[in-house]
Amino acid sequence: MSTPAERATNAFLEQIDRPTAAFFESCVHCGMCAHACLFYTETGDPQYTPIHKLEPMRRVWEREFTLFGRVKKWLGLSKPLSEAELKTWEPLVYDSCTLCGRCSLTCPVGNDIVYMVRKMREGMVAAGIAPDGLKEASIRAVRVGSPMGVTLQALKAQIAHAEKDVGLKIPLDQEGAEYLLLMSSAEIMQFPEFMGAAAKIFAQAGVSWTLCSTAFEATNSGIQIGSSDIAAQLVQRIVDGAEKLKVKTVISPECGHAYTALRWEGPNLIGRPYPFKVQHILEVLDELRAAGKLQTEGMEEAKLTFHDPCQIVRRGGVVEQPRNLLRMVASNFVEMEDPGIYNWCCGGGGGVSANERAEPLRIKVFSRKKHQLDQLGVSTVVTACSNCRNMLEEGLEHNHMQVSVLSLTEMLAEHLKE
Amino acid sequence: MADNQTVGETLASRGISRRTFLKFCATMTSLLALPPGMAEVMAETLARTRRQSVIWLSFQECTGCTESLTRSHSPTLESLLFDAISLDYHHTLQAAAGDAAERARVQAMQDNAGKYLVIVDGSIPLKDGGVYSTIAGHSNLDMLKETAAGAAAIIAVGTCATYGGLPHANPNPTGAVAVSDIIKDKPIVNVPGCPPIATVITGVVAHFLTLGTLPELDSLGRPKVFFGDTIHDRCYRRPFYDQGKFAKTFDDEGARSGWCLYELGCKGPTTHNACATVKWNGGTSFPIESGHPCLGCSEPNFWDAGSFYQALSAKTLPLSAHAGAALAVGAAAGVAVGLVSRAKKKAAARQHTRVSADDLEKGGGA
Amino acid sequence: MSGPELLLWARGTGLQIAVAIFLFGLLARFVELWLLGRKTDLSVARASAVGPGLRTVVSRSLPMPGALKQTPLVFLGGYVFHLGFLATLLFYVPHIHFLRSILGFGWPGLPPFLIDVIGLVTIATLIALLVQRFTDPVRRFLSRADDYVAWTVTFLPLLSGYVAFHRLGTDYTLMLALHILSVELLLIVIPFTKLMHMFTFALARWYNGAIAGRKGVRV
Repeated sequence: MSTPAERATNAFLEQIDRPTAAFFESCVHCGMCAHACLFYTETGDPQYTPIHKLEPMRRVWEREFTLFGRVKKWLGLSKPLSEAELKTWEPLVYDSCTLCGRCSLTCPVGNDIVYMVRKMREGMVAAGIAPDGLKEASIRAVRVGSPMGVTLQALKAQIAHAEKDVGLKIPLDQEGAEYLLLMSSAEIMQFPEFMGAAAKIFAQAGVSWTLCSTAFEATNSGIQIGSSDIAAQLVQRIVDGAEKLKVKTVISPECGHAYTALRWEGPNLIGRPYPFKVQHILEVLDELRAAGKLQTEGMEEAKLTFHDPCQIVRRGGVVEQPRNLLRMVASNFVEMEDPGIYNWCCGGGGGVSANERAEPLRIKVFSRKKHQLDQLGVSTVVTACSNCRNMLEEGLEHNHMQVSVLSLTEMLAEHLKE
Repeated sequence: MADNQTVGETLASRGISRRTFLKFCATMTSLLALPPGMAEVMAETLARTRRQSVIWLSFQECTGCTESLTRSHSPTLESLLFDAISLDYHHTLQAAAGDAAERARVQAMQDNAGKYLVIVDGSIPLKDGGVYSTIAGHSNLDMLKETAAGAAAIIAVGTCATYGGLPHANPNPTGAVAVSDIIKDKPIVNVPGCPPIATVITGVVAHFLTLGTLPELDSLGRPKVFFGDTIHDRCYRRPFYDQGKFAKTFDDEGARSGWCLYELGCKGPTTHNACATVKWNGGTSFPIESGHPCLGCSEPNFWDAGSFYQALSAKTLPLSAHAGAALAVGAAAGVAVGLVSRAKKKAAARQHTRVSADDLEKGGGA
Repeated sequence: MSGPELLLWARGTGLQIAVAIFLFGLLARFVELWLLGRKTDLSVARASAVGPGLRTVVSRSLPMPGALKQTPLVFLGGYVFHLGFLATLLFYVPHIHFLRSILGFGWPGLPPFLIDVIGLVTIATLIALLVQRFTDPVRRFLSRADDYVAWTVTFLPLLSGYVAFHRLGTDYTLMLALHILSVELLLIVIPFTKLMHMFTFALARWYNGAIAGRKGVRV
């Protein structure tokens, strides 16, 4: 087995399971998924219809796993996958899909389309057909430890800055700490205030925490490119670090796919449950709030809204926590139209932000987020994912919009009672 | 026994008045949906006509068709018919018996070669050389072929003669068939019914006697004038069907109110006959009017078309055996291909080569 | 074959064959699907998947916020068609008696004039949905032979039923036979086309709800 098409087919055979078959069996080509997908609604191009993105995998399912399909195959009436076909599908699967999951919410027969796109990508990677940017990110993640190439050295430098900023120690490799905090490359390099914010909050709450020198990167490029093998490697690194430091809980930071990767896919990738809990930073903060350990003062008076990161809210299940926390420090918080699990993607998830080829499309579909913000007339949007932050800032700038983007954690930290 | 009297002469000798005869012709004209002026023509023609030779062959039958014809309330109509024809052979009605009867038949065939009318009731058994119904040592099959050879036309009376009827019903142990299954080279009129309405039989014969032709037939060989509509089309209870008012038992309020009998098994919608208009016993009533659902007795295979008391839409054959077998075989097939699928998946997992960073760099996958 | 012969065959042998193929296909396809299995999820569930799974089987019948406005014909037309089809199938007295002859019990029916109206509306809706499948960019893009086959075998019983009901056509007995045969065609075709969704949609919705539900998300 050596051709790309054969490798893709083999991966699909592994991936197709009972839910997948139920989904393919039930699809009636109603096309409603298109109307839930950012990439269709903002371009009007039917090729972005979510279920269509899965066509090569569906063909393998039909050919190999259905009665009629087997008969057709035997009679020579169906074609196997071709490399050309996979190459045609590459931009559909990677440029016009952020794994946001809105399609799964709308399908009337109940198809979990994003569940299948994730599997579709496994086949694409096995064939070696994926955007260069994603490949490079994965390579860096595996070899250097971060998709953006952030080294331990760079991290240490940022730690030093943060400690100076907030006047608190930022623990590294503290064995027995309750929490292990992970961070995304974006947080380390672009939004280093996050580290300090976390330090302040934990100090006030009186909880012990630490970073890990061998496992500081939360972002999982393997999930984005769709390779369980790569993803497992990256998760294992975190599991090893957490086990070594004997922490109780690993905190996934303000990064979308990190949470999906670690909290929901992780144990299945490495083949065993964790001996520790995994929580999103917002879950931890909300717990502290409920226990009275998060003391804030003052309110943001300006009208602001919350952008729900897809992987954390809709796909992650952390829905109410950001709202509880935001209401602590915002007196004029208004929800977007289509709030919570129905919110629209920033356009940069699922590896799209690392995919240069996808940039024009990504900028174009920002029109939806622009519309949501214009409707409210806010000057501030709060979010809890650094990739969303970057995408929002880029989109807002491109559209000449005077809206500032804030991190929820950093916002809370700023309002901590001194 | 054939005689050379005209119909008019016969009527006169029986003391039947011209007025009575005209009434008969008027009724027939009306029933046959012929123009009113035809009544006179019919009277004139019939009066002048030599009595038509008719040979009535009774095969595998219950004699119900003859009973229907002869047990009429008004003697004038049907018996007038017998005055207009010369019934040269009829098992039930003839005086002669045995060899004498057979000689009379053969004589009539010779005397009226090419001109006599053959009326058949009862089906013709074919199995085992036709031994299940014989007359004077001849099988029905042989007698039919022999008699039909010189006939002007054949009228098959009753569902047995027209479509095989009761003997033909599943499992048809005698190999019973209809007249039209055997005779292919003579005009045949099918007058089905179990039994047919007497007036209908009379009307067809009268048409032939008057006009010398057979009435217009439908695709099943039935006279359109009597069998062109379904019972349902002419049923006086039709408004109840349209309104959805059905009797659910034979004695419930709906039944007593005269509601539609569909739910009790009425086959009216698919049954072509004149019962709903011409009715029975000189227009007295018909089954539905008496509260019993139509059996569909003038249609082919009505004995095999499901229970008389289950609705027309009900299934007619059992399904549980087929269903059970299908479920079992389907499950087995599903398990078989399902296990093949699982094996395929396991094989694919075995053939999975881990994707590494090196692989991505090389530009290919594993 | 004459009308009466065809009707007799359709009500008897034809039905036996159609039911046999239908049940064989249904079971084979379903078992084949089921045996693909699903790996156990080793992550820690936030909530039980069972309640949400069952809930979604029912609740997914409601549109997602905004969906109705975006695709009104698909959604509403879909409902009118499905409900109309089921209403004419289950509440027309002759159909009830057909089902009674199989199940052993029946139920009250709707007045025939209502069935007539519902049938006509259902037919019109199906035609509208077909036109949309041809003309709307997304639906035209997605549609394959299977979609058109499924439409046709679904449409024929409705059309032939309407024709028979109104005594249109040349011979009622023949029209009735064709109607029953069209239903038998539909039965045979179901297991091998997207019409299987009528059985698998519940499973798909269940998984959708369960997968999200164990993460604490109500979909």
